[in-house]
Amino acid sequence: MPTPSSELFTALSDPTRRALFERLSREGELTVWRLTADSGVSQPAVSKHLAVLRAAGLVRDRREGRQTHYTAQPQALRPLVDWVGLQGAFWRDRFDALETLLDRMDQ
Amino acid sequence: MTPQDPLGASLAPRSVVVERLMTHPPEKIWRALTQGHLIAEWLMPNDFRPVVGAAFELRTKPMPQWDGVVRGEVLEVEPNQRLCYSWKTSAGMDTLVAWTLTPEAGGTRVRLEQSGFRADEEANFRGATYGWQRFVEALEKVVAGT
Repeated sequence: MPTPSSELFTALSDPTRRALFERLSREGELTVWRLTADSGVSQPAVSKHLAVLRAAGLVRDRREGRQTHYTAQPQALRPLVDWVGLQGAFWRDRFDALETLLDRMDQ
Repeated sequence: MTPQDPLGASLAPRSVVVERLMTHPPEKIWRALTQGHLIAEWLMPNDFRPVVGAAFELRTKPMPQWDGVVRGEVLEVEPNQRLCYSWKTSAGMDTLVAWTLTPEAGGTRVRLEQSGFRADEEANFRGATYGWQRFVEALEKVVAGT
């Protein structure tokens, strides 16, 4: 298991950057222009955040003409994700739902 | 201390166990675990049948890194006692789920064990969308402590 880099923690500690990363994860490749349009943050600020995400390996950029396109690189999260723990949380939530159902069912 | 310790990633076991005493008889819990329309109410819509060798699918809404489908095959059926099936996703998760019901004073002990997680593969993180919130919470604690 590789040790998470401090760049990764720094990159994800900011809510604006997390929102950018989540959006790229959800929607695929987007230009800086598109990312700026709905972010409520100025274009230079978005570009600065994207540079931090890129340094952490969380996004990749691609130049095409005058536009820069960004894509999420979710594998960069790999050192952080405790998959077994997450699956445990999933089942505990399902246990709650199962008990709710049992309370409603007839014997 | 390395930053990953608080997240538990380096020390994580390779199986998940959830156990709870439920104030219902085993027969009733068995129905909820094995009848498709009841499974749909607490887990996911499905075409499950409690027959050894039967393949099934559970379907939820697709997520960015996962098509929302779990595929499995029924491996063990001991009515009111034990149920095992495989639990696989297109994101690369290939695990086993085992349910055990044990009567106890006041109800039934319900035990779930999901086993077969691999330590290293890239596929694991892909299905982790579900836990994003929890992940971020853990991360924020780590960041706050640095």
